[in-house]
Amino acid sequence: MALGAGLLGAVSGFLGSFAVLRRQSLLGDALSHAALPGIALAFLITGGKATVPILIGAAVTGWVGTLVVRLIVRRSRVPYDAALGLVLSVFFGLGLVLLTVIQKRPDAAQAGLETYLFGQAAALLRADVIVMAVVATVVLLVLMLAWKEMKVLTFDRAYGESLGLPMGRLDGLVTALLVVTIVLGLQTVGVVLMSAMIVAPGAAARQWTRSLGSMVTVAAGIGVAAGVSGAVLSSLFPRLPTGPTIVLILSALVAVSLLMAPGRGLVWRRLQLGRLRGRPRQEPVLMHLHALSLQHPDDPEHGHEVSVLRTMSPPDTDVDAALTALAERGLAASDSKGLWAPTEMGRREAQRTLERLDRGDKR
Amino acid sequence: MNAAVVPAVEVEDLTVAYTGSPVLWDLDLQVLPGTRTAIVGPNGAGKSTLIKAVMGLIEPVAGAVRIFGKPGREVRGSIAYVPQRATLEWDFPTDVLDVVTMGTYGRLGWFRRPGPPERATAEAALEQVEMSSFAHRPIAQLSGGQQQRVLLARALAQDAEIYLLDEPFQGVDAPTERAIVRVLDDLATAGRTVVVVHHDLQTVAEYFNHVALLNVRIIAAGPVVTTFTDENLRLTFGGRVGVLAARTAMGD
Repeated sequence: MALGAGLLGAVSGFLGSFAVLRRQSLLGDALSHAALPGIALAFLITGGKATVPILIGAAVTGWVGTLVVRLIVRRSRVPYDAALGLVLSVFFGLGLVLLTVIQKRPDAAQAGLETYLFGQAAALLRADVIVMAVVATVVLLVLMLAWKEMKVLTFDRAYGESLGLPMGRLDGLVTALLVVTIVLGLQTVGVVLMSAMIVAPGAAARQWTRSLGSMVTVAAGIGVAAGVSGAVLSSLFPRLPTGPTIVLILSALVAVSLLMAPGRGLVWRRLQLGRLRGRPRQEPVLMHLHALSLQHPDDPEHGHEVSVLRTMSPPDTDVDAALTALAERGLAASDSKGLWAPTEMGRREAQRTLERLDRGDKR
Repeated sequence: MNAAVVPAVEVEDLTVAYTGSPVLWDLDLQVLPGTRTAIVGPNGAGKSTLIKAVMGLIEPVAGAVRIFGKPGREVRGSIAYVPQRATLEWDFPTDVLDVVTMGTYGRLGWFRRPGPPERATAEAALEQVEMSSFAHRPIAQLSGGQQQRVLLARALAQDAEIYLLDEPFQGVDAPTERAIVRVLDDLATAGRTVVVVHHDLQTVAEYFNHVALLNVRIIAAGPVVTTFTDENLRLTFGGRVGVLAARTAMGD
């Protein structure tokens, strides 16, 4: 059962990375929400909660939803994302209405249909896990065989078409796999939060990686970790629905990634800026020290008073702080009389700066 | 008219329309091999659409496109496309060399990964646009001019016969502009055909030897010296929708 959730996490991570990069995240959301009426209808038609008809129903209405979106976009001036939102809400609302109708019926079999809203990993059967394993294998195969085509499809589809690569067919295949994944995931994570399952691993992974391959791998890893831990937690505490548990774990991972990832994380960037912010103020003061010392070529240790430096610097410069910082870095030193001079290291650093400016480097 | 020479690109009766209003109307155009043609016209004149139709990226309502006499679909690999860089999402996890290597994908089969030969081709292309030192730079960290050169290198890696560039000089810095012009010179020396959607009227005569003036219809097309006249420019850019003006010009 945790295996099923883990597999789902892996596949979601794989496919979701591409959805995130193609800015198609909302599509996954619309698909999963549009599946709800299908689930309800399948129950009404078959009278039971057998998995296969329910998943077929989910897939059908999900697919119909995408057709409606395409229709709206083609026939009206409604933009794509608005059409997605429209379909998402309308279909989901319809599904909720059907669910309430079902609940009003004096039918014991309908108990538990609401688990499709938020998922219950404990309800996974062995057969379901096998199906997910098959899907995972298919996705892996496709990715391995058509890796470069996937890369082009995601980055620059028009260019891929211009090369004669089968972008349309690959796009169709990937969308179909996405639909299947979403439908399979509905049991574990539920309609409402399945889109998070698709999007979160990719979004988190993007913060840590520089290559597509590592992004997809990391996303799969995140998906597996969240899936397994969420499923385990929700089975330990029976009143904890699986979907929200997994998604909470995913959200935490995304938050950590957004804040802490080297190079892109907000916290990391704030720290970098802080480190850099100090330096520019010190640099002019060092240059002034250097200029002063050049006036005494025979006596490099000749120090100067802080007031001289204050005169040379713009009025709002905290010269004392700069000098302290420079001293800490070993670039300047003061003698017993409080006179300041650059150290040997400081002179070399100043020289380097001059050369940089000469070359016209921007900093 | 050189009846004996097969045009590199031939467009016949091409009409493209989005939901009713025509973007390209009854276009006839011939691009001879080895020429450097600028496509010039006001905004919304259909310039990018023409490029895309030649590439086979959009379906025309009517008309045909032939590449060296054959239907476009059959000769996909022999045209290299350099799109407007704004159409791409540059926040993508990959580096410069990887993008340039995409130019070799058309040659590889379905399941083959790019290997050392493809890498060498890509590196040579990068050298041509003077971006060799950027090979492993993540593309999210590129400036506009660098992006443009990367897309150009990608097309060069294809080693195609025909190059279609969509506004490559738009908003690039001087070094990039010089690099692009150098590449165009190299392509001309190698006898390749180059078609460029160009926005800067000042440099048309300097960079190109042929020009096509486009405003939904072809107002005029031919060698720059004879075609790039004040009268034709006025017809292309000034006043009412190009269809009417063109009709008057062609004496319909």
